[in-house]
Amino acid sequence: MLTIENLHAQVEGRAILKGIDLDVKAGEVHAIMGPNGSGKSTLSSVVAGNEDYEVTKGKILLKGKDLAEFNPEERAHLGVFLSFQYPVEIPGVTVTNFIKTAINANRKAQGMDEIPASELLKKIREKSKMLGIDSKFLSRSLNEGFSGGEKKRNEIFQMAMLEPSLAILDETDSGLDIDALKIVANGVNKLKGKSNAVVVITHYQRLLEYIVPDFVHVLFDGKIVKSGTKELAHELEAKGYDWIKELA
Amino acid sequence: MEFKEKLISSHLAFEEDLDLFDTVHETRANALKIFEKKGFPSKRDEAWKYTSLDSLINQDYSLFPKSEISIELKEVKKYFLYDTDTYKIIFIDGVYSPFLSNTTHDGLDVCLMSAALSKPKYRKIIDNYFNKILPNEDSLTALNTSYAKEGAFINIPKNTIAEKPVEIIHFSSGKEESLWLQPRNLIVLDRNSQVQIIERHQSLKTHPVVTNSVTEIYLHNDAFLDYYKLQNDLTSASLIDNTFIQQEKNSHASVHTFSLGGKLIRNNLKFFHRGENILSTLKGVTILEGKQHVDHSTLVHHSKPNCESHQDYKGIFSERSEGVFNGQILVDKIAQKTNAFQQNNNILLDDKATINSKPQLEIFADDVKCSHGCTIGQMDEEALFYLRTRGIPKKEAKALMTYAFANNVLESVKLPSLKKRINGQIANKLGVNLGFEL
Repeated sequence: MLTIENLHAQVEGRAILKGIDLDVKAGEVHAIMGPNGSGKSTLSSVVAGNEDYEVTKGKILLKGKDLAEFNPEERAHLGVFLSFQYPVEIPGVTVTNFIKTAINANRKAQGMDEIPASELLKKIREKSKMLGIDSKFLSRSLNEGFSGGEKKRNEIFQMAMLEPSLAILDETDSGLDIDALKIVANGVNKLKGKSNAVVVITHYQRLLEYIVPDFVHVLFDGKIVKSGTKELAHELEAKGYDWIKELA
Repeated sequence: MEFKEKLISSHLAFEEDLDLFDTVHETRANALKIFEKKGFPSKRDEAWKYTSLDSLINQDYSLFPKSEISIELKEVKKYFLYDTDTYKIIFIDGVYSPFLSNTTHDGLDVCLMSAALSKPKYRKIIDNYFNKILPNEDSLTALNTSYAKEGAFINIPKNTIAEKPVEIIHFSSGKEESLWLQPRNLIVLDRNSQVQIIERHQSLKTHPVVTNSVTEIYLHNDAFLDYYKLQNDLTSASLIDNTFIQQEKNSHASVHTFSLGGKLIRNNLKFFHRGENILSTLKGVTILEGKQHVDHSTLVHHSKPNCESHQDYKGIFSERSEGVFNGQILVDKIAQKTNAFQQNNNILLDDKATINSKPQLEIFADDVKCSHGCTIGQMDEEALFYLRTRGIPKKEAKALMTYAFANNVLESVKLPSLKKRINGQIANKLGVNLGFEL
């Protein structure tokens, strides 16, 4: 699904990613953990195609395609989805209109007709119910005045609607109470299947209780310094990140 | 001969077939003197600091179209909001087109200014209202007054609701090489009456047209006005719109101005209060490109207590386009408990685009709520990236954000088909089809 080879990236001349290798296969869940400032969010931005970051070396391949050739919307059309750590507020555009525009843009890129209104409504009903989203919420302006938890839930709602092949969840657990965390995790688990993959980026082990990873990687100073299975996450929770720094 | 001289020397010919014993003749003659003395405004005038008329007045225009032009309905139908179900007052090259219009005298008057100025039954209205709220020393309104003869006349009697909106449309056919038009509108809403009006100016061919329009509107107690100005003309057409609104007790007047096309547009929009509990609303969306220039110059003069005004203007400027917003709020000492708010938000999409925004609040009362806010910024790149990660292409994402930015103004448009029309025009201008209306 996703292969990252020796990825180096910088922002404003400052190197942040310093040689990352990662191989995520379809059907897998990978967790990327690490202390603040280790490059976790940069990695997700770079995969999604944020033009503020410059890839100086290495490659990102999605289903064998070199993502360097694609802009953010084209990456989305190929199946990349990024759940933002800080979703942007867009006053004046309702959640429903936004999701309709996004779905139709993706369909257009696949050469499909616009989604029939009845199908869209059915899907919205189904996915919002799954995530415990009130229908009133859907006619509000996108993220405007949403609580932290509502924003994150809305991100997962968009993911459920767009059904990406690769979902990157950037600190989706921050700002969520335990009930919301369970609902969000449940939404992610429902999406999970043989033909797609999930990358969970998180500082804490908490979310991984509910979205159980197949592999855990520890990122420090722009490099993956340790990889393992879900037990590694428990170890990090127990011991903190200091011992990791010594591995670097 | 300079164009100013031509305007003065042509006046005799203009008045040839008009009644010289009429009081209106005197009004015209006095107005001409003011224009003769003042001439066209220049950048030396504070109110015209950012808008120059030089490029318009340094050439010649026909003042009187040679003959009546006929246009086929199918050529212009697309500019009508509705095929039927509106009153229509339609002019071609400044001349009334009975064929395209749909006027009425049934319970209300939707007809011609020339009729109101000449028929005895309207004498009282003309005496009471014609040229009564214009600033005395303003040269462009004086110029319009000196040539006042034709335009729309709307008179809504008390306790009457105009069941259909009124469309006032000025077409220029292109038959004249270049044309200077001066429509004069008078709109009177008697007590507890209501009307919705849509006004537009439209060239059918690319040729120089300048319209110097004056509209006087009077709202009596409890009257309700909803006025929409659609400015989406060809880039060869310019418009100087002077609209003056006088409101009495408990009246509501709202004016939306959509400036999407044209060469140079100046909107002078001024509200005067003559009673308490008045609401005045001024909203605008301006989306410009190329070398277009739009100047909104507004005034709300609060001269009575307990009144409210809202101004909300959004501007989006690309390429080398220029915007001006000069929003004036005047609160007299007597006008306590005034609520006056003003917002002007702008996005500059290109380095060469400019906006000059100047809020001007003069408050002499001490117990008021007044605020103004002005922003000038670029498109939010982070929001753009967010939309693009959802698969929305850059161009559509920009359009979506433009819509979102203008949404406050669009959502208060009360006529659904007008809203749809404006949505379409904006989408068209942005080169996208969003597939929904906000």
